[in-house]
Amino acid sequence: MNTRLVGLMRKELLQIVRDPSAIAIAFVLPVVLLLIFGYGVSLDAKHVLVGVVVDAPTPQTQSFVAGMRRSEYFSVQTFSDIHRAREALRERRINGIVWLRGDFSRLALTAGDAPVGVVVNGVDANDARILEGYVQGVWAQWLEREAQLRGGRLTLPVDLQSRIWYNPAVRSRDYLVPGLIAVIMTLIGALLTALVVAREWERGTYEALMATPVSMREILLGKVLPYFVLGMGGMALSVAMALWLFHVPLRGSALVLFGSAALFLLAALGMGLLISTAAKSQFVAGLIAIIVTFLPAFILSGFIFDIRSMPEPIQIITHIIAARYFVAILQTVFLAGNVWSVILPNGAALLAMALFFLGIVARLSRKRLD
Amino acid sequence: MTQPILVFEGVTKRFSGAAGPALEALDLTLEPGGIVGLFGPDGAGKTTLLRLAAGLLRPDAGKVVALGHDTRREAAAVQGAIGYMPQHFGLYEDLTVQENLDLYADLQSLPRAERPQRYAELLRLTALGPFGARLAGQLSGGMKQKLGLACTLVRPPRLLLLDEPTVGVDPVSRRELWAIIERLVQEGGTTVLVSTAYLDEAQHCREVVLLREGKLIGQHQSAVFTAPLAGRVYMVPAGEGERRALQRSLESASDVLDALIQPEGVRLVLKEGGAPPAGAQPAAPRFEDAFVALLKPAGTGALPAAAVRRADDPPSDGEVIRVQNLGRRFGSFEAVKGVSFAVRRGEVFGLLGANGAGKTTTFRMLCGLLPPSSGSLSVAGVDLRSAPAQARGHIGYVSQKFSLYGNLSVEQNLGFFSSAYGLAGARRRERMAWALAEFELTPYRRVNAADLPLGYKQRLALASALMHEPDILFLDEPTSGVDPLARREFWQRINTLAAAGVTVLITTHFMEEAEYCDRLVLMSLGEVLAAGTPAQIRARAAREDRLHPSMEDAFVELIEQHEAGLRSAA
Repeated sequence: MNTRLVGLMRKELLQIVRDPSAIAIAFVLPVVLLLIFGYGVSLDAKHVLVGVVVDAPTPQTQSFVAGMRRSEYFSVQTFSDIHRAREALRERRINGIVWLRGDFSRLALTAGDAPVGVVVNGVDANDARILEGYVQGVWAQWLEREAQLRGGRLTLPVDLQSRIWYNPAVRSRDYLVPGLIAVIMTLIGALLTALVVAREWERGTYEALMATPVSMREILLGKVLPYFVLGMGGMALSVAMALWLFHVPLRGSALVLFGSAALFLLAALGMGLLISTAAKSQFVAGLIAIIVTFLPAFILSGFIFDIRSMPEPIQIITHIIAARYFVAILQTVFLAGNVWSVILPNGAALLAMALFFLGIVARLSRKRLD
Repeated sequence: MTQPILVFEGVTKRFSGAAGPALEALDLTLEPGGIVGLFGPDGAGKTTLLRLAAGLLRPDAGKVVALGHDTRREAAAVQGAIGYMPQHFGLYEDLTVQENLDLYADLQSLPRAERPQRYAELLRLTALGPFGARLAGQLSGGMKQKLGLACTLVRPPRLLLLDEPTVGVDPVSRRELWAIIERLVQEGGTTVLVSTAYLDEAQHCREVVLLREGKLIGQHQSAVFTAPLAGRVYMVPAGEGERRALQRSLESASDVLDALIQPEGVRLVLKEGGAPPAGAQPAAPRFEDAFVALLKPAGTGALPAAAVRRADDPPSDGEVIRVQNLGRRFGSFEAVKGVSFAVRRGEVFGLLGANGAGKTTTFRMLCGLLPPSSGSLSVAGVDLRSAPAQARGHIGYVSQKFSLYGNLSVEQNLGFFSSAYGLAGARRRERMAWALAEFELTPYRRVNAADLPLGYKQRLALASALMHEPDILFLDEPTSGVDPLARREFWQRINTLAAAGVTVLITTHFMEEAEYCDRLVLMSLGEVLAAGTPAQIRARAAREDRLHPSMEDAFVELIEQHEAGLRSAA
């Protein structure tokens, strides 16, 4: 094998091993992110603070409130009237109000359908929607129970029987952790690569390198190969943590998982190198990498926020975010299995992006200083 | 008939954003063999020329042929046969000496079988043998340069391009670097093109290429440059205490082109047809004289006397700065080890030493920017530990990088610094008018600081530090990276300020600048090696075979003595 390339790769490897910041970005940061998202962040609402206002207490209202108290989703606080409850909502002491009006019992007994007023604080849209759903659930259960107690039948027009597929426990961790792998690989592929190349510009090592017979192709390969290995290492670490620490199921094949990861990593490396052709200081390169690769991977990839619920223009923008395709594959392969109708188009998009970015880098990189 | 090793034909190179071309229609032919020196003031285009020769830049017009290859079409062939060492040679600091050598051996495809012998040779040449396993980042400045050179030489190049290899390097390493280069030329038949800011290094060069503003001024043996100065160079002997005053008066004489303080007196270069003053002894012209004669802009004579007021409350005993046993650690690294000295009112006091000697750290402690780890220091009679703000009112500080706001105009910079020092109203207007007039900045007052020529930047930095009329001026490496002409002008100003009673504390790594100081300390690796007047320090290096050692000789000698002392102690 080419001695120049071997020399470059050995140098890169030694630098990675000796540079605490490279180790931090490649291994410490992924672990920290995984721990935060695995243990700390949960999108499931539990013990939501809810204010309950009962205008006219009756046995019916009592049993309804008791039903809410039994639920692990709510932490119930009672208010004597709606004004105080509103006050509490405004001050964010509670996240929502359940209001049983004066005619609640009468309607429940006569019509078999008691209306419940629900006010939620929409400031946190996610919590609000979840709360709304949970209250509906409690209400439906209560209606059913009441109807059975009175020997009647439930008068709901539809009998809702929900099954949640692929993530029956509805643990948000199970889809956050796979999605996080895309974010971690963006860090290693794009941010770390952009930084190390910018550092070579800053320290003048690139100028010295360029005056040697080494070719630009060798310089680029000398960067891509070591960081590819490092990125796949980060990937393996993340997958291992996902499987054995967080017990996320892996229903698809590991081959598909690592194959798509390789494609995504190449695209990320391409972006990192592209950034470094424009930004020759570590500060600028780092900022650009965070803004154009890391933040989009976080926000626009569907890793936390569902792309389909984004406004149309933003949805269109997400198509140029490589992480989006990878997150789709990750979540499918982990939770649903080898669903080829998801894997193939997303995989093709990753391949196209990898070729595009690496191609541009190869075209733009010149062994010259002007 | 030998083929020239490097040819520039009508080469023009422009950079976007720059006012003029970096190089303009340059024709240059280098014959193989020997050392060719590349000289010129800042911005003359020296680095651009070297980068063009290495094929790292593409000429806008004309062509560059190195070793018979057109650099535009056959850059790879050029780079396979040359060695190029950029100004800040990019060593991989987290790689060891040996790993850096291995990398460059790989990059230059040096066959494995040849490596042990070549490594041994290079390590012997650079005396880096014992440090093979040390990280490059932990080498001293001089050792880094030597390692950079060794990496460039892993495969002996036919043409070696060196961009200011000796800048900021201590005199010992500087001599060693030159010894390496000279041996290389003798043994290997390499041709060396080296740019440098040290004019005395012309003595090592077979031929000198002189550039100014991207144009070739001349390409000759250095003797050819100095020939027109025969009979125009004199030495006016003077004692240590009177040299500065003498220089000031000679500089303003109409016949005098240049007056420079030297160990024995003041060296004069006369204008053509000028008459020497009484008592002047003829001296042999040097390349530096020719450089100044060719490049010094006409009509820059002496500066008017500085109108700086002295502060109201002078400390009674005349010692303005007192430093005792000052020490500073950074973790396990001792940057300054028990330094003591005292500076008297109105003195020009120098801290002399190579990069890494601890000068800047000492300085920052004196300015109250860095708390000392041990020892005591007082400035203007105030203990810096107890009342740093009060002491700072007496201090003007010019940092190494000139701390100017690049995107503010000259006037805005002056305005900002005067308000930072608490000047307001009429007083502020008066001081700003003074600064613009005194430093001849009026024509530039609306120009942004970043766009000023380097010499003017230096003036503005100095003016900014003087807005509040400090009685002590701290200057940290003000002449580093500045060409000889700008350095001369700068020292003129310092001279003038000192004459007006300002105490000046200055650091420099240019050994010859020590002669401008009344007294100085010589520092190395955080310790004071010697203290005293320039003559006293020089005298410590006097031997039978060297009756009049230069400051550089003294430095080398003292370092050697010091190291020998360390060895015998250990």
